[in-house]
Amino acid sequence: MPHIWCAGCGNGIVLNSLLRAVEKLGLDRNNIVMVSGIGCSSRMQGYVDFHTLHTIHGRALAFATGVKLARPELDIIVPMGDGDALAIGGNHFIHAARRNINLTAIILNNRIYGMTGGQYSPLTGMDKYATTAPYGTIVPSFDTVELAKAAGASFVARSTVYHVLHLTNLLEKAIKHKGFAVVEVLTQCPTYYGRKNGMPEAPEMMQWFKDHTFQRGTEPKKIEGEMIEIGLFVEEQREEYCERYEKSLQKVGKV
Amino acid sequence: MNNSEVKLLQGNEVCAEAAIYAGLEFFAGYPITPSTEIAETLSYKLPKKGGRFIQMEDEIGSICAIIGASLTGKKVMTATSGPGFSLMQEAIGYAIMTEIPCVIVNVQRGGPSTGLPTRVSQGDVMQARWGTHGDHAIIALTASNHQDIFTTTVEAFNLAETYRTPVILLYDEVLAHMREQVVIPEPGEIPLVERLITSVPKGTDYHPYFPREDGRLPMSDFGGVHRYNVTGLYHDMWGFPSDNPEITNELIHHLVHKIENRTINITRMKEYYLEDAETILISYGASARSAIHIMEDRRAVGMSIGMIELQTLWPFPEAEIRKKCAKAKYIVVVEMNMGQIIHQVKACVDHPGWVYLVNRVDGNLITPVDIKRILRIIQGKGI
Repeated sequence: MPHIWCAGCGNGIVLNSLLRAVEKLGLDRNNIVMVSGIGCSSRMQGYVDFHTLHTIHGRALAFATGVKLARPELDIIVPMGDGDALAIGGNHFIHAARRNINLTAIILNNRIYGMTGGQYSPLTGMDKYATTAPYGTIVPSFDTVELAKAAGASFVARSTVYHVLHLTNLLEKAIKHKGFAVVEVLTQCPTYYGRKNGMPEAPEMMQWFKDHTFQRGTEPKKIEGEMIEIGLFVEEQREEYCERYEKSLQKVGKV
Repeated sequence: MNNSEVKLLQGNEVCAEAAIYAGLEFFAGYPITPSTEIAETLSYKLPKKGGRFIQMEDEIGSICAIIGASLTGKKVMTATSGPGFSLMQEAIGYAIMTEIPCVIVNVQRGGPSTGLPTRVSQGDVMQARWGTHGDHAIIALTASNHQDIFTTTVEAFNLAETYRTPVILLYDEVLAHMREQVVIPEPGEIPLVERLITSVPKGTDYHPYFPREDGRLPMSDFGGVHRYNVTGLYHDMWGFPSDNPEITNELIHHLVHKIENRTINITRMKEYYLEDAETILISYGASARSAIHIMEDRRAVGMSIGMIELQTLWPFPEAEIRKKCAKAKYIVVVEMNMGQIIHQVKACVDHPGWVYLVNRVDGNLITPVDIKRILRIIQGKGI
């Protein structure tokens, strides 16, 4: 199938995992709405046969909140890029988490703005290079997992496109979860992030995901460079926003 | 038996009551003076009707949430004032491009910036027209009294559904906070336009952007039997992105023409004594109240003066204004801004040089005396 992603891009792997998760869960396509924002990963919605809503930059979760509260029975999946979700859309992200509204937020973290040509994002991290950081970045990145936890998300996980079975498994759980579910997926952008930071080939970026991650609950390897923890960090059954809304309607005598 | 109810309400409360009358099912908003009472009233009343109310994290979130909810088949609204209206502009453009019905109330206050939050202004007329980027058409309505706020708010929902477009209600602080008698009509008294839903059956291809013979685009609710794509990019009849020049050209013409070619059907105005009027006042919103007052006052002393109260600001009723002003010697636009609608009037009348501005921009309601003084100067009578 022709698509807009560059050769070597990891977004297709995330889409593949997501579709496997949806298939495993046996969900009705008429019951799924995919809401996306702007960016490379936000074009995912164009390749799936669900109800699909391609919105504006950073606001996917706000649109999704409207769809969900209006029709709580729908399963809503919101793929976002790191810039889309945590820079321009950061406020909607923390408030959706605080509400614990039943949405599945997938943050495809390639540590760069790909669509606009390789500018640094809130997840690029320190001492990295980007087309707007020719002398290196000087700001640390958010830790998406910690941010989501602190904001109140009741399901928080992280995986990579190297760990596809792990990723599929987490996405399946995230969709099934009742409440705000966040899955951060490290995905490679060889075209911009890789090329700017000494890893221009997709396989070496995927190798990096293998070498520089460790499963939650295990000891990280002692190697040079950062080590990123992957796995399921939070899975709590807490009352979800739309359920609370229904209850409050009962209080005023309406169901 | 007549079941209409007489109430003494603030303009903001009237707007909320009218929205419920029109079938509002979903409201998202964010607190801002002087529109907050709309959200407060709906937070109380909408749940009683089984509707959904949500206070979002900002005005951007609010308009995005209502657009999302509208796609599921609900009638939706948000309400704000100047700064919030500025924040909403990008998403208003999205609703225009994707042709998703919604109603946006802007209770105008003094601007720019934080301006005069508790004071009156009509400074957002041009922002309502051109606030979002790119070529587009828009519908914006206004009112000068509470009974008209009621009918205009209902009309906004009807137009949004009829033309699949966002509709902007431009009220102002004076009307929003003033209390006035209003008759709440009984159900059915004002006709309601419900969403045009596709007749394409399940299992048959539905094209969300393929117009019927009459030009209208029937919708299919998200979560229903037709799965389709919605995007703010230029798109084909399937809703998928396209930069094909033919498709692009056709879509922008469709978006503009569906409203501007129907100006005569969309626009409403009130006319007073135009048959013999040498001087015609043109006004709208709260300033029209003062204009009506001074018009009656001057007629009582024998002046041949009439008035047009605009109830639709956009699309601007150019042909009608030109026709109605053809015999006037003085055309006096009364508005509370540095001159916004006056440019539209000048652009359409036969003698733009005979068009004068009477304005007040200090945060206070323009008074009949303010208008009288300027009228005397224009008519060569001195102060």
